[in-house]
Order: sequence, then structure tokens, then C-alpha cells
Amino acid sequence: MSQFTNLRDPVAARKVLARIAELATGQPHRKFMEICGGHTHSIYRHGLEELLPQNIELVHGPGCPVCVIPMGRIDDAIYIASQPNVTFCCFGDMLRVPGGKLNLLEARARGADIRVVYSPMDVLAIAEGEPHRDVVFLAVGFETTTPSTAVTVLEARRRKLSNYFVMSNHIRIIPAIKAILNSKDLDLDGFIGPGHVGTVIGNHPYEFVASEYGKPFVTAGFEPLDILESVMRLLAQKANGRCELENQYTRAVRDAGNPVAIEVIDKVFTVRPHFQWRGLGSIEHSALMFRDEFAEFDAERRYSVPGVQIADPKACQCGEVLRGAIRPWECKVFGTACTPETPIGTCMVSSEGACAAYYNYGRFNKAPRIPVKAV
Amino acid sequence: MCVGIPARVVTINNDRLFSAIVDVDGVRREANVALLADPADPLREGDWVLLHVGFAMSKLDEEEAKSTLEFIRSLGSVYDEEVNALRGRNSA
Amino acid sequence: MGHDAADRERLHARIEVWRRRPMRLHDEVITSEHGAGGKASQALLNSVVFPAFEMAGAAMDGAVLQATPRHDLVMSTDSFVVTPRRFPGGSIARLAVNGTINDLAVMGAVPHWLSIAFVLEEGLPIDEFRDTVAEIALAAAEAGVGIVTGDTKVVGRGAADGFYVTTTGIGMRPDDMKLGPSEVRPGDVVLVSGNIGDHGIAVLQARGELDLVSDVSSDCAALHTLVRDLLTSGAEVHWMRDPTRGGVASSMNELAMDAELGVRLIEAQIPVSRPANGVCELLGLDPLYVANEGKLLAVVSSETADKALTALKGHELGRNSSVIGVITSENPGIVVLETLFGGTRVVDMLVGDPLPRIC
Repeated sequence: MSQFTNLRDPVAARKVLARIAELATGQPHRKFMEICGGHTHSIYRHGLEELLPQNIELVHGPGCPVCVIPMGRIDDAIYIASQPNVTFCCFGDMLRVPGGKLNLLEARARGADIRVVYSPMDVLAIAEGEPHRDVVFLAVGFETTTPSTAVTVLEARRRKLSNYFVMSNHIRIIPAIKAILNSKDLDLDGFIGPGHVGTVIGNHPYEFVASEYGKPFVTAGFEPLDILESVMRLLAQKANGRCELENQYTRAVRDAGNPVAIEVIDKVFTVRPHFQWRGLGSIEHSALMFRDEFAEFDAERRYSVPGVQIADPKACQCGEVLRGAIRPWECKVFGTACTPETPIGTCMVSSEGACAAYYNYGRFNKAPRIPVKAV
Repeated sequence: MCVGIPARVVTINNDRLFSAIVDVDGVRREANVALLADPADPLREGDWVLLHVGFAMSKLDEEEAKSTLEFIRSLGSVYDEEVNALRGRNSA
Repeated sequence: MGHDAADRERLHARIEVWRRRPMRLHDEVITSEHGAGGKASQALLNSVVFPAFEMAGAAMDGAVLQATPRHDLVMSTDSFVVTPRRFPGGSIARLAVNGTINDLAVMGAVPHWLSIAFVLEEGLPIDEFRDTVAEIALAAAEAGVGIVTGDTKVVGRGAADGFYVTTTGIGMRPDDMKLGPSEVRPGDVVLVSGNIGDHGIAVLQARGELDLVSDVSSDCAALHTLVRDLLTSGAEVHWMRDPTRGGVASSMNELAMDAELGVRLIEAQIPVSRPANGVCELLGLDPLYVANEGKLLAVVSSETADKALTALKGHELGRNSSVIGVITSENPGIVVLETLFGGTRVVDMLVGDPLPRIC
């Protein structure tokens, strides 16, 4: 165990939980949203929610970049993957995201050359190794992942590759947070903030949440102790009537972020006027596309994708789940028509999706939460 | 998908641009360190980084990590009794 | 005229002698002729298969097996398609033998006889086939199991990915042995014989797609002597499984559903080697779902759990054995994990295929 994984120490956790219980005593019901899918996953994987006092509710937000991809974009991806001579590469999570009719896994079974990669650099290696194939990378992710795609594109240019292309579904966290804050059916008391996006964009872009919208915001790490400490800090703010931006993830997040990463994103990408998000509808300036100077890498320019917007199935309530308006088990099709084997919506597919996390990990914690005694 | 994990830089590959070998719990992989190319503060062997999809995103500050843990461990000395009770149970 | 007849007879006799000589194998690669059942097939069998398995030609039709009185026969079959065929700690050859032996062993049977069926791809180097057959023979001999019959087919280039092999095994167990989900009771203890996840990680590593360097080796091993030690230890054993595809999680889910009871696992007590854990962290895999090929899961009565653990630890394959959970009456059909924190989460059946072609 490194000093970094000591942040799973169960003994230390009891201390935080005791302090949380103390702070929560006498407070009204508090709803804190964790925005980032990685936090949702960690919360469920370690069974953290049931350790919290009963008047603290964690609401799961839209920060799962796989979850917010609309079905029409998957159809576009399948279209590209089905073109002759295309080798289509994506992260494992993308294989089972439903399109209008098929998903990428089914497209592969029908003959498309679709390969799972761990890193965008793996795609470069494939492109170099198979110069006769057109190699397309399905780029997905918030600002945590965008710099990696950008660096890879610059490297492809340096190596003079002419068979490397990217279909960009990169999205931006701040517009998503604004969409949540402007959403009328939400009444949140604070936010557990995206720590890994913070390593790139820095902590200061989150300031507006506290100063303009009056909600406490704690940028958090992903280990169980990080998340628990962040809940503790949010409760402390509420108890003391404060409303501030805090950085709990100081070991990784600097106030100014990573200037090299910010610069490389800006060099390669520009902001799309608007972009369709599953469940959240169209959000302005929320996604990235290639600048003209890098048009030769843009898969969407190379292949004229159908670009059809497909409405979510009527039964699907992913949008409400993603906004935190309802909880996974409150969705009418949760666990019946929509399961990990037969997902209707993306929340059930991604390992970071609230529904998948709840279904796979949390579903038998309907028992009352363990009240931690406060002295 | 987007897991970010701590990794220790084992070797900086001088023969490849922006390449290093990092170690996660004894497993080694090549990582791209272009995002940490800061001439004022170059990456060194032994540094810890946050690894995400094969890229080093941020240096992990060991001092900050230690102080995070120490802060948490210092909480509620009033509850030492409860903590000791837990320790007793764990070592039984 | 008579002279001609005599010459012809001598010629016929010479042809006959020549005809009866065993076919020599001159080829370097498998061709479709080797699967046709004719002379080329015979040459392949005589030159490669029969000497390795100490078989004669008649064995290709079938083998006569002699059962012991008051014993039941137990049969199991498995196909092996792992890629790559060789990986740290094992190979398809050893898997083919040990995998089926283990299926018999966890049924409480002593494995005795194996059959082997090959589907060979045209173009497979005969040397590789010869090495594979030798490795299978060695693994069987080490386990004290006989290879008594088999089959060989050849398919066209592009199919069978080199080759596929299917083994069927037959063993025997006392006809009064009680083992299975209906024997499992709430309060029973779940044990595992050592570190989980090694095999799947080793194969993933060997594929070379993920550019990882680690120390992980497959745990591929025959478990029948470990099982024997357990069954003769005085422990009351209710259920056993070797957690292959889908890992410990899948086996536990099958048990929970078959027994209509709950399983409660304890994360802190599940043994995972440090490098396997490192790879899982890197790739976002959960060791509970990763395949094993030399591990035993056993459910025993709580009163005899200590005896069981001692017996397992006393065997070289079980040194890192651990109690990993209990059977409960709550949440029947569900596997629950108590996390390091004391929180709980559900460990569901595997969906999808994180690691294809593992065994």
C-alpha cells in the first residue's frame, strides 16, 4: 500500500463518520450531489452511503461521460465502424451503450472491426502497425480525458500518420454543472466536486457555484476517505452557515490546474455551439470539436455521419436520473425492463452510471442506515 | 472507464518522447508524460503521478497526501475509545 | 507364362508387405488429409498421438472402463479455446487436462480416465501438435489419470485458430457421498484455497495487447489431491467448485441461486496477490470476476471449518487458504460483500465479457 492508498483505512474512516454524525445531528435533510461518475462508482463500491446518517442523501449527477451520449451518436459511431477498411477503437465501456437498433458489441458480431483499447496511445500504435487500415478512435470524456486525445492527435501529426482519425464526444464539466444548477426540480445543499477534472481545469472554475449560486462545493478525491472527508466538510459549512469552494484533493488538484493540459486542449479543439446530452437535452457550448487546423483528423468530417437525433425510448428516465431528480430505483423500468443485461438507457451500461452502480452494488441497502452514535 | 490511479515513475525513457515507465502495485506500464512537461519542474524518477488512460495527468504531492491522512486521523480524539474497540475487534 | 504368374505373386506379396508398414509422417504441417481418416490420419496418430498416450489403434473407437462396486461414475466435459495457447504458468495443454480433472474433483470424484478430441487447423505445424500432445500426456501422468480414447479432425485454414481441444473425464465417487447445493445450510463457512484472479490476468498479460509487465502467473493446477486432503480431514464438506470463467463471484452467485440461500463475503479476507491487484486497478477489473484455474471454493459446516482450513493449508496448493464468507438465510439468491469499511454491496452475476477466451 502506498501512502495514497492509505486513504482506504477503515479505522480512520470511523473517525470521519463519527464527526459526520456529530455535524449531522440537528441538521435538516441534506442533499449533496456528487457530479462525477467516478465518485458514484466509488461510493457504491465501498458501500459508503449506508454508513452515513439518515438525514444525509447523496444525489448522483451527470458526470458520467458515457451515460450522457445520446443514441444517435452511437448510431453515428456504428456507421463509421461499418465503413469499408475501418478499424474502430473505443474504451470497453462503450461497447454496450445502446444505439437506435444496435450497440457496438452487436455491430462487431456482425463483422465491424471494433477493438477495445485502454489508452488513445494504443490507437496510434494500431494505426502505425496497420497503415492500410483507416483507424478511428471514439473519444469520450470530460476534461480529464480530453488532453490525452489532444496529445495523441499532436503525436499523430508529428509521426505524419494519415490513417488516424478521431470522433470527438468530449464534453465540458462547467456547462453541465450550470445545467444542474438551473434545473428547477432540484434542491441541492452542496456538491462533491469532480476531482480529476479539477486536476486539469484547476479548482477556481468551480468558484461560481458558491459565489453565484450559493451552494457549498468541495472538490474531492476518489478514495473512500476523500469522499467521506468531503461530506464532512460540506456538513461543516452548512452547520456554520458558510458557503465556500474548498479543495479536499490537494494532493492532485492545484488551483491553476495543469496549464500544459489546458493549452493542449485549446490548441486542438474548439467549442461546439451546442451538443445533445442524453437526458439533459441540448446544452450550449458544452462539447468540443476539432479546430479547422486539425480537420484532417476529424472522423465526422471524413465520414458523413447520419447525425440523426433519436429520442430516448419513452420508458427511459435516464435524464431524470442524470439530473438527480429521481433515484435509480425510482425509475419505472429500473431492474425490470432495464437491467445491465438488457439496458434501455446509458445509466445502466457504464460502470460509472448511477443505475448500474446501484444495481450492481447497492440494491440491497434499503435497510435503514446505520446511525453512528454522536456523544 | 476513466479511472485515475496513483503510479510511481520508475524510468524516464530518454529515447522516446514524453514516455516513462510507471509502476502500480508492482505492475509496470508505459505512460505518456507529455502533460507534465514543465521545464521549470521536470518529472523525476520516484515521483508519483495520477495515471488516467495511459497518461500522467498530475503530480501527486506526497506531503499533501500525508497531511490529508493525518488530518483525518487527528479527528475526534474524543472517540479514541470507539476506535480502540474497533482495533480490538479487527485483531481478534 | 508360369514365370509371369510367379513374378506377379511375388510382386503382390511385396506390395502387401509394403502396404502393411506403418505410415511415416513426413509432413511439417497439418493438412486436410490428416483429418480424412485415411493413411495420412493414421500416420499422424501412429507417429504423434498413440506413442504419447500409450494407446493402440482400437482406442480411437472407444475404451472399456471398469467401475468399482458401490461407486457412482461422474463425468465432465470441457472445451479449451484459450488464446494465446501459452502463457506464464500454463498452456492450453495443461488446462485441457487440469480443467476437466478439477471439474471431477469438485464433484467429489477421483478422476481416472480422460478422452481428448482435437480440432486442428490446416497449416498447424506438426511440431507444435507434437509438443502439445506430449505436454498433455505429461500433465495426465502427473495427475495419475489415463488418456484412453480420442478423436482428431482437421478444418480449413482460418478456422480453429490453430487448434481447439475438448476433454471429457470420468471419475468415481462413493455412492453415498452427499455434496451439492441442497446440502448447504445457513451458517456454513465459505473457504477459498488461495489468491484469486491470477489466471485471467496472466492470459491477459500474455496477449500483449495491454503493454503491461507484471509478475502474475496462471495458477493452472490439478486440484484432486487437495480435494482428497479436504474430504479426508474430518471436515463436513457440503459444496465445492473451481471458480473458472466469471471468477469467484459467478460461482458464488450460482450457489446462492441453486441453494436459495444468501452468501455474505468479507472483502478484507479475500486473498489477492499484489501484482494481480495492481493490474486490476489499472484496468478497472474486479478480481472477484477474474478466472482461476487452480483454486478451490468449498462450503463446509461452521463446526468443522477449522479442520477444513488446516487441511487446505497443509497442501502445497492451499497455503494461502482463507475463510472468505458465510452462508446466510437473509437475501436468498444474492451474494453480498462486506467492504473494507463495513459497508455492504451486492456482487451480482457477471454481465458482458471483460476477458474473452480465457480458458
